[in-house]
Amino acid sequence: MQSIVDFIVSLNIPLITQPIAKLIIDLLLAAVVAVLAPSSLVILTWLERKIIGRIQDRIGPNRAGPFGILQAVADMVKMFTKEDITPTKADRISFNIAPSLSVMAAIMVFAVIPFAPGFVGADLNVAVLYVVAIGGFSTLSILMGGWASNNKYALLGAFRVVAMLLTYEIPMVMALIVVTLAAGSMSMVKIIEAQSSMWYIVSLPVAFLVFLIAGVAESGRSPFDLIEAESELIAGFHVEYTGIKFGMFMIGEYVHMLALSFLLAILFLGGWQIPFINVAALPGPVGPILGFISLMIKVSCFVFILMWFRGTLPRFRIDVLIDFGWKFLVPLSLVLVIAVAVAVKLAQGFGVWAETVALLVVNLLVAALAVQSQRLVANSRRLK
Amino acid sequence: MIIQAIFIVMTLCTLGGAVGVVSSRNLFHSALYLILSFFGVAGYYVLLSAGFLAVIQLMVYIGAIAILILFAIMFSRESAMNSAKESQANRQRWLGLPVAMGLFISLIAVIIPVNWPIQQTAPTTDMVRDLGVAFLTSYLIPFEVVSVLLSVALIGAVMLAREENPPVKETK
Repeated sequence: MQSIVDFIVSLNIPLITQPIAKLIIDLLLAAVVAVLAPSSLVILTWLERKIIGRIQDRIGPNRAGPFGILQAVADMVKMFTKEDITPTKADRISFNIAPSLSVMAAIMVFAVIPFAPGFVGADLNVAVLYVVAIGGFSTLSILMGGWASNNKYALLGAFRVVAMLLTYEIPMVMALIVVTLAAGSMSMVKIIEAQSSMWYIVSLPVAFLVFLIAGVAESGRSPFDLIEAESELIAGFHVEYTGIKFGMFMIGEYVHMLALSFLLAILFLGGWQIPFINVAALPGPVGPILGFISLMIKVSCFVFILMWFRGTLPRFRIDVLIDFGWKFLVPLSLVLVIAVAVAVKLAQGFGVWAETVALLVVNLLVAALAVQSQRLVANSRRLK
Repeated sequence: MIIQAIFIVMTLCTLGGAVGVVSSRNLFHSALYLILSFFGVAGYYVLLSAGFLAVIQLMVYIGAIAILILFAIMFSRESAMNSAKESQANRQRWLGLPVAMGLFISLIAVIIPVNWPIQQTAPTTDMVRDLGVAFLTSYLIPFEVVSVLLSVALIGAVMLAREENPPVKETK
Protein backbone atom coordinates (compact mmCIF):
# COMPACT_ATOMS: atom_id res chain seq x y z
CA MET A 1 0.00 0.00 0.00
CA GLN A 2 2.75 2.41 1.03
CA SER A 3 4.73 1.63 -2.14
CA ILE A 4 1.86 2.82 -4.33
CA VAL A 5 1.67 6.07 -2.37
CA ASP A 6 5.42 6.57 -2.80
CA PHE A 7 5.12 5.90 -6.50
CA ILE A 8 2.45 8.56 -6.93
CA VAL A 9 4.47 11.09 -4.95
CA SER A 10 7.55 10.30 -7.05
CA LEU A 11 5.69 11.35 -10.21
CA ASN A 12 6.06 14.94 -8.95
CA ILE A 13 2.63 16.10 -10.00
CA PRO A 14 2.02 19.55 -8.52
CA LEU A 15 -0.21 19.67 -5.41
CA ILE A 16 0.04 15.88 -4.92
CA THR A 17 1.82 15.50 -1.61
CA GLN A 18 2.11 12.49 0.68
CA PRO A 19 -1.20 12.92 2.56
CA ILE A 20 -3.16 13.77 -0.58
CA ALA A 21 -1.72 10.79 -2.44
CA LYS A 22 -2.74 8.60 0.50
CA LEU A 23 -6.22 10.09 0.49
CA ILE A 24 -6.54 9.40 -3.25
CA ILE A 25 -5.45 5.78 -2.81
CA ASP A 26 -7.83 5.33 0.13
CA LEU A 27 -10.77 6.74 -1.81
CA LEU A 28 -9.86 4.62 -4.81
CA LEU A 29 -9.72 1.42 -2.76
CA ALA A 30 -12.98 2.29 -1.00
CA ALA A 31 -14.59 2.83 -4.40
CA VAL A 32 -13.24 -0.49 -5.69
CA VAL A 33 -14.68 -2.40 -2.72
CA ALA A 34 -17.97 -0.50 -2.84
CA VAL A 35 -18.40 -1.26 -6.54
CA LEU A 36 -17.10 -4.82 -6.57
CA ALA A 37 -19.25 -6.02 -3.65
CA PRO A 38 -22.59 -5.25 -5.34
CA SER A 39 -21.21 -6.40 -8.71
CA SER A 40 -20.77 -9.85 -7.24
CA LEU A 41 -24.57 -9.99 -7.56
CA VAL A 42 -24.08 -10.74 -11.27
CA ILE A 43 -22.24 -13.96 -10.49
CA LEU A 44 -24.14 -14.84 -7.32
CA THR A 45 -27.64 -14.74 -8.83
CA TRP A 46 -26.56 -16.83 -11.80
CA LEU A 47 -24.77 -19.28 -9.54
CA GLU A 48 -27.73 -19.57 -7.19
CA ARG A 49 -30.20 -20.23 -9.99
CA LYS A 50 -27.88 -22.75 -11.53
CA ILE A 51 -27.14 -24.57 -8.26
CA ILE A 52 -30.74 -24.59 -7.06
CA GLY A 53 -31.80 -25.70 -10.52
CA ARG A 54 -29.47 -28.66 -10.33
CA ILE A 55 -30.61 -29.50 -6.79
CA GLN A 56 -34.21 -29.51 -8.01
CA ASP A 57 -33.29 -31.60 -11.05
CA ARG A 58 -33.65 -28.75 -13.52
CA ILE A 59 -31.04 -27.23 -15.81
CA GLY A 60 -31.47 -23.66 -14.61
CA PRO A 61 -30.85 -20.63 -16.84
CA ASN A 62 -29.35 -21.73 -20.16
CA ARG A 63 -30.60 -19.28 -22.79
CA ALA A 64 -28.58 -16.08 -22.40
CA GLY A 65 -24.96 -16.69 -23.30
CA PRO A 66 -22.94 -19.85 -22.66
CA PHE A 67 -24.37 -21.79 -19.68
CA GLY A 68 -26.83 -18.93 -19.28
CA ILE A 69 -24.15 -16.79 -17.72
CA LEU A 70 -25.62 -13.60 -19.17
CA GLN A 71 -28.91 -14.28 -17.35
CA ALA A 72 -27.96 -11.87 -14.57
CA VAL A 73 -27.28 -9.12 -17.11
CA ALA A 74 -30.67 -9.73 -18.67
CA ASP A 75 -32.26 -9.60 -15.21
CA MET A 76 -30.55 -6.32 -14.50
CA VAL A 77 -31.69 -4.75 -17.76
CA LYS A 78 -35.21 -5.88 -16.93
CA MET A 79 -35.01 -4.37 -13.46
CA PHE A 80 -33.67 -1.05 -14.71
CA THR A 81 -36.38 -0.68 -17.33
CA LYS A 82 -39.35 -1.54 -15.07
CA GLU A 83 -41.60 1.28 -14.00
CA ASP A 84 -40.56 2.83 -10.72
CA ILE A 85 -43.69 2.96 -8.58
CA THR A 86 -44.18 4.71 -5.27
CA PRO A 87 -47.63 3.94 -3.84
CA THR A 88 -49.76 7.05 -3.30
CA LYS A 89 -50.35 6.35 0.37
CA ALA A 90 -46.75 5.34 1.03
CA ASP A 91 -44.45 7.40 3.17
CA ARG A 92 -42.44 8.82 0.28
CA ILE A 93 -39.12 9.62 1.98
CA SER A 94 -38.76 6.48 4.12
CA PHE A 95 -39.95 4.38 1.19
CA ASN A 96 -37.15 5.69 -1.01
CA ILE A 97 -34.39 5.70 1.60
CA ALA A 98 -34.95 2.10 2.75
CA PRO A 99 -33.52 0.29 -0.34
CA SER A 100 -30.31 2.31 -0.38
CA LEU A 101 -29.93 1.84 3.37
CA SER A 102 -30.11 -1.91 2.87
CA VAL A 103 -27.33 -1.85 0.24
CA MET A 104 -25.28 0.55 2.35
CA ALA A 105 -25.48 -1.68 5.41
CA ALA A 106 -24.34 -4.69 3.41
CA ILE A 107 -21.39 -2.89 1.80
CA MET A 108 -20.18 -1.23 5.00
CA VAL A 109 -19.18 -4.63 6.41
CA PHE A 110 -16.47 -4.90 3.76
CA ALA A 111 -14.66 -1.90 5.27
CA VAL A 112 -13.13 -4.10 7.99
CA ILE A 113 -12.53 -7.28 6.00
CA PRO A 114 -8.88 -8.20 5.43
CA PHE A 115 -8.68 -9.53 1.86
CA ALA A 116 -5.01 -10.47 2.01
CA PRO A 117 -2.03 -9.82 4.31
CA GLY A 118 -1.75 -6.03 4.51
CA PHE A 119 -4.90 -5.37 2.46
CA VAL A 120 -7.61 -4.25 4.82
CA GLY A 121 -9.80 -1.15 4.60
CA ALA A 122 -9.66 -0.27 8.29
CA ASP A 123 -8.07 -2.52 10.88
CA LEU A 124 -10.40 -1.43 13.68
CA ASN A 125 -9.66 -2.87 17.10
CA VAL A 126 -13.43 -3.32 17.49
CA ALA A 127 -14.07 -4.76 14.03
CA VAL A 128 -16.15 -7.65 15.36
CA LEU A 129 -18.52 -5.29 17.17
CA TYR A 130 -18.60 -3.01 14.14
CA VAL A 131 -19.97 -5.86 12.05
CA VAL A 132 -22.77 -6.44 14.56
CA ALA A 133 -23.53 -2.72 14.77
CA ILE A 134 -23.79 -2.45 10.99
CA GLY A 135 -26.22 -5.38 11.05
CA GLY A 136 -28.63 -3.07 12.89
CA PHE A 137 -28.87 -0.90 9.78
CA SER A 138 -30.09 -3.73 7.61
CA THR A 139 -32.81 -4.49 10.18
CA LEU A 140 -33.67 -0.81 10.12
CA SER A 141 -33.90 -0.74 6.33
CA ILE A 142 -36.35 -3.64 6.28
CA LEU A 143 -38.41 -2.09 9.07
CA MET A 144 -38.51 1.25 7.25
CA GLY A 145 -39.40 -0.30 3.92
CA GLY A 146 -42.10 -2.46 5.47
CA TRP A 147 -43.70 0.39 7.35
CA ALA A 148 -43.41 3.00 4.63
CA SER A 149 -45.13 0.81 2.05
CA ASN A 150 -48.36 1.23 4.04
CA ASN A 151 -49.33 -2.32 3.21
CA LYS A 152 -50.48 -4.89 5.75
CA TYR A 153 -48.38 -7.70 4.32
CA ALA A 154 -45.31 -5.51 4.20
CA LEU A 155 -45.88 -4.47 7.81
CA LEU A 156 -46.32 -8.07 8.92
CA GLY A 157 -43.08 -8.93 7.15
CA ALA A 158 -41.32 -6.10 8.96
CA PHE A 159 -42.68 -7.32 12.33
CA ARG A 160 -41.30 -10.76 11.69
CA VAL A 161 -37.92 -9.37 10.72
CA VAL A 162 -37.52 -7.55 13.98
CA ALA A 163 -38.68 -10.47 16.11
CA MET A 164 -36.36 -12.83 14.29
CA LEU A 165 -33.31 -10.63 13.92
CA LEU A 166 -33.35 -9.53 17.56
CA THR A 167 -33.60 -13.17 18.59
CA TYR A 168 -30.72 -14.38 16.46
CA GLU A 169 -28.51 -11.37 17.09
CA ILE A 170 -27.84 -12.59 20.65
CA PRO A 171 -26.38 -16.04 19.78
CA MET A 172 -24.46 -14.38 16.96
CA VAL A 173 -22.84 -11.87 19.30
CA MET A 174 -22.12 -14.67 21.79
CA ALA A 175 -20.39 -16.73 19.08
CA LEU A 176 -18.36 -13.66 18.19
CA ILE A 177 -17.44 -13.23 21.85
CA VAL A 178 -16.21 -16.83 21.94
CA VAL A 179 -13.93 -16.15 18.96
CA THR A 180 -12.77 -12.91 20.57
CA LEU A 181 -11.94 -14.76 23.79
CA ALA A 182 -9.93 -17.37 21.94
CA ALA A 183 -8.07 -14.84 19.78
CA GLY A 184 -7.63 -12.26 22.55
CA SER A 185 -8.63 -9.43 20.22
CA MET A 186 -11.60 -8.02 18.32
CA SER A 187 -9.53 -6.96 15.32
CA MET A 188 -10.10 -9.06 12.20
CA VAL A 189 -6.39 -9.05 11.35
CA LYS A 190 -5.43 -10.26 14.84
CA ILE A 191 -8.13 -12.96 14.72
CA ILE A 192 -6.67 -14.25 11.44
CA GLU A 193 -3.15 -14.15 12.83
CA ALA A 194 -4.27 -16.05 15.94
CA GLN A 195 -5.39 -18.87 13.63
CA SER A 196 -1.97 -19.29 12.02
CA SER A 197 -1.46 -22.71 13.63
CA MET A 198 -5.05 -23.88 14.10
CA TRP A 199 -8.32 -22.79 12.53
CA TYR A 200 -11.15 -22.08 14.92
CA ILE A 201 -13.49 -24.40 13.05
CA VAL A 202 -11.44 -27.21 14.59
CA SER A 203 -11.11 -25.84 18.11
CA LEU A 204 -14.49 -24.05 18.33
CA PRO A 205 -16.94 -26.20 16.32
CA VAL A 206 -19.98 -25.31 18.44
CA ALA A 207 -19.32 -21.60 18.12
CA PHE A 208 -18.99 -22.11 14.38
CA LEU A 209 -22.36 -23.85 14.14
CA VAL A 210 -24.07 -21.22 16.29
CA PHE A 211 -22.57 -18.44 14.17
CA LEU A 212 -23.54 -20.20 10.95
CA ILE A 213 -27.17 -20.67 12.04
CA ALA A 214 -27.50 -17.19 13.50
CA GLY A 215 -25.74 -15.68 10.48
CA VAL A 216 -28.07 -17.35 8.00
CA ALA A 217 -31.01 -16.14 10.09
CA GLU A 218 -29.60 -12.60 10.10
CA SER A 219 -29.26 -12.60 6.34
CA GLY A 220 -32.94 -13.57 6.13
CA ARG A 221 -32.36 -16.39 3.66
CA SER A 222 -34.01 -19.77 3.47
CA PRO A 223 -34.72 -21.65 5.76
CA PHE A 224 -35.14 -18.42 7.73
CA ASP A 225 -36.87 -16.43 4.97
CA LEU A 226 -40.10 -15.86 6.91
CA ILE A 227 -39.68 -12.20 6.13
CA GLU A 228 -40.79 -12.87 2.58
CA ALA A 229 -42.67 -16.13 3.00
CA GLU A 230 -44.49 -16.19 -0.34
CA SER A 231 -47.24 -18.50 0.83
CA GLU A 232 -48.15 -16.34 3.81
CA LEU A 233 -47.08 -12.79 3.10
CA ILE A 234 -46.84 -12.59 -0.71
CA ALA A 235 -43.40 -11.00 -0.65
CA GLY A 236 -43.18 -9.53 2.83
CA PHE A 237 -41.58 -6.14 3.29
CA HIS A 238 -40.75 -5.55 -0.38
CA VAL A 239 -44.22 -6.31 -1.74
CA GLU A 240 -44.71 -2.71 -2.91
CA TYR A 241 -41.26 -2.24 -4.40
CA THR A 242 -40.67 -2.35 -8.12
CA GLY A 243 -37.82 -1.95 -10.56
CA ILE A 244 -34.45 -0.88 -9.30
CA LYS A 245 -35.62 -0.27 -5.74
CA PHE A 246 -36.61 -3.91 -5.49
CA GLY A 247 -33.28 -4.68 -7.14
CA MET A 248 -31.48 -2.80 -4.39
CA PHE A 249 -33.11 -4.94 -1.72
CA MET A 250 -31.95 -7.95 -3.71
CA ILE A 251 -28.42 -6.55 -3.90
CA GLY A 252 -28.60 -5.99 -0.16
CA GLU A 253 -29.56 -9.62 0.43
CA TYR A 254 -26.86 -11.07 -1.80
CA VAL A 255 -24.11 -8.78 -0.58
CA HIS A 256 -25.18 -9.67 2.96
CA MET A 257 -24.78 -13.34 2.08
CA LEU A 258 -21.35 -12.66 0.60
CA ALA A 259 -20.31 -10.67 3.67
CA LEU A 260 -21.49 -13.52 5.89
CA SER A 261 -19.37 -15.96 3.89
CA PHE A 262 -16.37 -13.65 4.28
CA LEU A 263 -16.96 -13.45 8.03
CA LEU A 264 -17.27 -17.22 8.37
CA ALA A 265 -14.07 -17.71 6.37
CA ILE A 266 -12.20 -15.12 8.41
CA LEU A 267 -13.44 -16.01 11.87
CA PHE A 268 -13.38 -19.78 11.59
CA LEU A 269 -11.30 -20.82 8.56
CA GLY A 270 -8.32 -18.57 9.14
CA GLY A 271 -9.06 -15.95 6.45
CA TRP A 272 -6.12 -15.73 4.08
CA GLN A 273 -4.08 -18.36 5.91
CA ILE A 274 -2.96 -21.44 3.99
CA PRO A 275 -2.18 -24.57 6.02
CA PHE A 276 1.56 -25.18 6.50
CA ILE A 277 2.55 -22.01 4.61
CA ASN A 278 3.32 -18.69 6.27
CA VAL A 279 1.58 -16.47 3.73
CA ALA A 280 2.55 -13.18 5.33
CA ALA A 281 6.27 -14.01 5.09
CA LEU A 282 6.26 -14.80 1.35
CA PRO A 283 8.28 -12.33 -0.75
CA GLY A 284 6.77 -9.55 -2.83
CA PRO A 285 3.27 -9.78 -4.24
CA VAL A 286 3.16 -13.60 -3.97
CA GLY A 287 1.90 -13.57 -0.36
CA PRO A 288 -1.09 -11.25 -0.87
CA ILE A 289 -2.08 -12.96 -4.13
CA LEU A 290 -1.95 -16.46 -2.65
CA GLY A 291 -3.69 -15.23 0.48
CA PHE A 292 -6.46 -13.65 -1.55
CA ILE A 293 -6.95 -16.82 -3.60
CA SER A 294 -7.06 -18.89 -0.41
CA LEU A 295 -9.66 -16.56 1.12
CA MET A 296 -11.78 -16.60 -2.01
CA ILE A 297 -11.77 -20.41 -2.12
CA LYS A 298 -13.04 -20.52 1.45
CA VAL A 299 -15.63 -17.83 0.74
CA SER A 300 -16.87 -19.72 -2.31
CA CYS A 301 -17.30 -22.85 -0.21
CA PHE A 302 -19.52 -20.95 2.22
CA VAL A 303 -21.47 -19.29 -0.60
CA PHE A 304 -22.14 -22.75 -1.98
CA ILE A 305 -23.19 -24.07 1.43
CA LEU A 306 -25.63 -21.18 1.89
CA MET A 307 -27.16 -21.85 -1.53
CA TRP A 308 -27.32 -25.54 -0.70
CA PHE A 309 -29.30 -24.67 2.46
CA ARG A 310 -31.73 -22.72 0.33
CA GLY A 311 -32.15 -25.54 -2.10
CA THR A 312 -32.75 -28.29 0.44
CA LEU A 313 -34.23 -27.01 3.69
CA PRO A 314 -37.93 -26.18 4.11
CA ARG A 315 -38.94 -22.94 5.77
CA PHE A 316 -39.27 -22.80 9.57
CA ARG A 317 -42.57 -21.87 11.16
CA ILE A 318 -42.30 -18.55 13.01
CA ASP A 319 -43.02 -19.92 16.52
CA VAL A 320 -40.61 -22.81 16.05
CA LEU A 321 -38.01 -20.35 14.88
CA ILE A 322 -38.38 -18.01 17.87
CA ASP A 323 -38.47 -20.98 20.29
CA PHE A 324 -35.32 -22.42 18.77
CA GLY A 325 -33.57 -19.07 19.08
CA TRP A 326 -34.53 -18.23 22.66
CA LYS A 327 -34.77 -21.67 24.25
CA PHE A 328 -31.89 -23.42 22.55
CA LEU A 329 -29.35 -21.13 20.88
CA VAL A 330 -29.30 -18.39 23.52
CA PRO A 331 -28.69 -20.70 26.54
CA LEU A 332 -26.25 -22.79 24.52
CA SER A 333 -24.20 -19.80 23.49
CA LEU A 334 -24.26 -18.35 27.01
CA VAL A 335 -22.92 -21.58 28.49
CA LEU A 336 -20.36 -21.78 25.71
CA VAL A 337 -19.04 -18.29 26.45
CA ILE A 338 -18.51 -19.12 30.12
CA ALA A 339 -16.94 -22.50 29.38
CA VAL A 340 -14.59 -21.14 26.72
CA ALA A 341 -13.56 -18.24 28.95
CA VAL A 342 -12.53 -20.71 31.66
CA ALA A 343 -10.77 -23.01 29.18
CA VAL A 344 -8.82 -20.15 27.60
CA LYS A 345 -7.67 -18.95 31.00
CA LEU A 346 -6.65 -22.46 32.16
CA ALA A 347 -4.78 -23.34 28.96
CA GLN A 348 -2.93 -20.05 28.83
CA GLY A 349 0.82 -20.53 28.53
CA PHE A 350 0.72 -24.22 27.66
CA GLY A 351 1.17 -23.71 23.92
CA VAL A 352 -1.12 -23.89 20.93
CA TRP A 353 -1.88 -27.60 21.09
CA ALA A 354 -2.94 -27.56 24.73
CA GLU A 355 -5.20 -24.61 23.96
CA THR A 356 -6.74 -26.34 20.95
CA VAL A 357 -7.38 -29.53 22.89
CA ALA A 358 -8.84 -27.62 25.84
CA LEU A 359 -11.16 -25.59 23.61
CA LEU A 360 -12.21 -28.64 21.66
CA VAL A 361 -12.98 -30.64 24.82
CA VAL A 362 -15.00 -27.77 26.24
CA ASN A 363 -16.91 -27.38 22.96
CA LEU A 364 -17.71 -31.07 22.77
CA LEU A 365 -18.83 -31.08 26.42
CA VAL A 366 -21.17 -28.17 25.79
CA ALA A 367 -22.50 -29.86 22.66
CA ALA A 368 -23.10 -33.11 24.58
CA LEU A 369 -24.87 -31.14 27.32
CA ALA A 370 -27.08 -29.42 24.76
CA VAL A 371 -28.00 -32.66 23.04
CA GLN A 372 -28.70 -34.37 26.36
CA SER A 373 -30.90 -31.53 27.60
CA GLN A 374 -32.83 -31.58 24.34
CA ARG A 375 -33.33 -35.30 24.73
CA LEU A 376 -34.68 -34.85 28.26
CA VAL A 377 -37.05 -32.11 27.12
CA ALA A 378 -38.28 -34.20 24.22
CA ASN A 379 -38.79 -37.24 26.45
CA SER A 380 -40.76 -35.32 29.05
CA ARG A 381 -42.93 -33.87 26.25
CA ARG A 382 -43.54 -37.29 24.80
CA LEU A 383 -44.60 -38.68 28.19
CA LYS A 384 -47.19 -35.93 28.74
CA MET B 1 -9.77 20.42 7.61
CA ILE B 2 -11.47 17.12 6.83
CA ILE B 3 -12.03 16.57 10.55
CA GLN B 4 -13.79 19.95 10.81
CA ALA B 5 -16.00 19.11 7.84
CA ILE B 6 -16.96 15.78 9.40
CA PHE B 7 -17.62 17.53 12.70
CA ILE B 8 -20.00 19.97 11.00
CA VAL B 9 -21.84 17.14 9.23
CA MET B 10 -22.15 15.19 12.49
CA THR B 11 -23.40 18.28 14.31
CA LEU B 12 -26.03 18.81 11.63
CA CYS B 13 -27.06 15.17 12.03
CA THR B 14 -27.27 15.38 15.81
CA LEU B 15 -29.02 18.73 16.14
CA GLY B 16 -31.15 18.37 13.01
CA GLY B 17 -32.21 14.94 14.20
CA ALA B 18 -33.01 16.25 17.65
CA VAL B 19 -35.12 19.09 16.25
CA GLY B 20 -36.83 16.58 13.95
CA VAL B 21 -37.73 14.35 16.89
CA VAL B 22 -39.69 17.06 18.67
CA SER B 23 -41.11 18.84 15.64
CA SER B 24 -42.22 15.95 13.46
CA ARG B 25 -45.95 15.34 13.54
CA ASN B 26 -45.57 11.67 12.76
CA LEU B 27 -44.37 9.40 15.55
CA PHE B 28 -42.59 7.04 13.21
CA HIS B 29 -40.69 9.93 11.64
CA SER B 30 -39.73 11.14 15.11
CA ALA B 31 -38.20 7.75 15.81
CA LEU B 32 -36.28 7.87 12.52
CA TYR B 33 -34.97 11.36 13.36
CA LEU B 34 -33.88 9.98 16.73
CA ILE B 35 -31.77 7.40 14.88
CA LEU B 36 -30.16 10.19 12.85
CA SER B 37 -29.36 11.98 16.08
CA PHE B 38 -27.83 8.83 17.63
CA PHE B 39 -25.78 8.39 14.48
CA GLY B 40 -24.39 11.90 14.83
CA VAL B 41 -23.35 11.19 18.41
CA ALA B 42 -21.58 8.03 17.26
CA GLY B 43 -19.71 10.21 14.77
CA TYR B 44 -18.52 12.44 17.63
CA TYR B 45 -17.13 9.39 19.42
CA VAL B 46 -15.18 8.43 16.29
CA LEU B 47 -13.76 11.94 16.06
CA LEU B 48 -12.69 11.65 19.72
CA SER B 49 -10.83 8.39 18.88
CA ALA B 50 -13.28 6.45 21.02
CA GLY B 51 -14.03 3.75 18.45
CA PHE B 52 -15.37 1.30 21.00
CA LEU B 53 -17.93 3.76 22.34
CA ALA B 54 -18.94 4.70 18.79
CA VAL B 55 -19.60 1.09 17.85
CA ILE B 56 -21.46 0.43 21.09
CA GLN B 57 -23.52 3.56 20.48
CA LEU B 58 -24.53 2.22 17.05
CA MET B 59 -25.16 -1.27 18.38
CA VAL B 60 -27.14 -0.43 21.49
CA TYR B 61 -28.92 2.79 20.57
CA ILE B 62 -29.63 2.20 16.88
CA GLY B 63 -29.46 -1.59 16.66
CA ALA B 64 -31.54 -2.26 19.75
CA ILE B 65 -33.25 0.71 21.41
CA ALA B 66 -34.33 2.66 18.33
CA ILE B 67 -35.54 -0.47 16.60
CA LEU B 68 -37.55 -1.47 19.67
CA ILE B 69 -39.05 2.03 19.76
CA LEU B 70 -40.07 1.68 16.10
CA PHE B 71 -41.43 -1.77 16.85
CA ALA B 72 -43.47 -0.49 19.79
CA ILE B 73 -44.87 2.37 17.71
CA MET B 74 -45.88 0.01 14.94
CA PHE B 75 -47.60 -2.29 17.40
CA SER B 76 -49.37 0.17 19.64
CA ARG B 77 -50.60 2.93 17.40
CA GLU B 78 -52.87 2.45 14.51
CA SER B 79 -52.41 6.08 13.63
CA ALA B 80 -48.69 5.58 13.15
CA MET B 81 -49.33 3.12 10.39
CA ASN B 82 -51.75 5.42 8.63
CA SER B 83 -49.29 8.33 8.77
CA ALA B 84 -51.84 10.36 10.70
CA LYS B 85 -50.78 13.72 12.00
CA GLU B 86 -50.39 13.98 15.73
CA SER B 87 -50.05 16.95 17.97
CA GLN B 88 -46.58 17.20 19.48
CA ALA B 89 -47.89 18.55 22.75
CA ASN B 90 -50.30 17.39 25.41
CA ARG B 91 -51.97 19.15 28.32
CA GLN B 92 -48.77 19.25 30.33
CA ARG B 93 -46.92 21.46 27.88
CA TRP B 94 -46.96 24.54 30.11
CA LEU B 95 -45.59 22.45 32.95
CA GLY B 96 -42.93 21.08 30.66
CA LEU B 97 -41.72 24.49 29.57
CA PRO B 98 -40.16 25.62 32.90
CA VAL B 99 -38.70 22.16 33.50
CA ALA B 100 -37.04 22.11 30.10
CA MET B 101 -35.85 25.68 30.43
CA GLY B 102 -34.47 25.00 33.90
CA LEU B 103 -32.59 21.94 32.67
CA PHE B 104 -31.23 23.86 29.68
CA ILE B 105 -30.06 26.81 31.80
CA SER B 106 -28.43 24.64 34.43
CA LEU B 107 -26.63 22.56 31.78
CA ILE B 108 -25.37 25.69 30.04
CA ALA B 109 -24.31 27.12 33.40
CA VAL B 110 -22.24 24.01 34.01
CA ILE B 111 -20.81 23.65 30.51
CA ILE B 112 -19.76 27.24 29.75
CA PRO B 113 -17.42 28.01 32.71
CA VAL B 114 -15.54 24.68 32.53
CA ASN B 115 -12.07 24.96 31.07
CA TRP B 116 -12.06 21.86 28.87
CA PRO B 117 -8.58 20.33 29.06
CA ILE B 118 -6.93 19.42 25.77
CA GLN B 119 -4.34 16.69 26.01
CA GLN B 120 -1.42 16.88 23.64
CA THR B 121 -0.62 13.17 23.92
CA ALA B 122 -2.37 10.72 21.65
CA PRO B 123 -5.16 8.74 23.32
CA THR B 124 -4.50 5.14 24.18
CA THR B 125 -4.97 2.85 21.21
CA ASP B 126 -6.17 -0.31 22.93
CA MET B 127 -9.09 1.27 24.70
CA VAL B 128 -11.12 -1.93 24.78
CA ARG B 129 -8.54 -3.65 26.97
CA ASP B 130 -8.27 -0.64 29.29
CA LEU B 131 -12.04 -0.45 29.61
CA GLY B 132 -12.30 -4.15 30.34
CA VAL B 133 -9.61 -4.02 32.99
CA ALA B 134 -11.23 -0.97 34.58
CA PHE B 135 -14.62 -2.68 34.66
CA LEU B 136 -13.21 -5.72 36.43
CA THR B 137 -10.94 -3.92 38.91
CA SER B 138 -11.60 -0.36 40.05
CA TYR B 139 -15.22 -0.17 38.81
CA LEU B 140 -16.26 -3.71 39.65
CA ILE B 141 -19.06 -2.81 42.09
CA PRO B 142 -20.79 -0.24 39.85
CA PHE B 143 -20.45 -2.64 36.93
CA GLU B 144 -22.12 -5.45 38.88
CA VAL B 145 -24.82 -3.15 40.19
CA VAL B 146 -25.66 -2.06 36.65
CA SER B 147 -25.77 -5.69 35.54
CA VAL B 148 -28.19 -6.55 38.34
CA LEU B 149 -30.29 -3.51 37.46
CA LEU B 150 -30.55 -4.64 33.85
CA SER B 151 -31.44 -8.18 34.87
CA VAL B 152 -34.15 -6.85 37.18
CA ALA B 153 -35.54 -4.74 34.35
CA LEU B 154 -35.54 -7.77 32.07
CA ILE B 155 -37.29 -10.04 34.57
CA GLY B 156 -39.74 -7.25 35.38
CA ALA B 157 -40.62 -6.88 31.72
CA VAL B 158 -41.23 -10.60 31.41
CA MET B 159 -43.43 -10.57 34.54
CA LEU B 160 -45.46 -7.65 33.20
CA ALA B 161 -45.95 -9.25 29.83
CA ARG B 162 -46.88 -12.66 31.22
CA GLU B 163 -50.49 -13.69 31.20
CA GLU B 164 -52.16 -13.84 34.61
CA ASN B 165 -53.78 -17.22 34.13
CA PRO B 166 -52.09 -19.00 31.29
CA PRO B 167 -54.63 -21.04 29.35
CA VAL B 168 -54.36 -24.78 29.87
CA LYS B 169 -52.48 -26.32 27.02
CA GLU B 170 -54.27 -28.84 24.85
CA THR B 171 -52.90 -32.28 25.33
CA LYS B 172 -53.22 -35.01 22.83
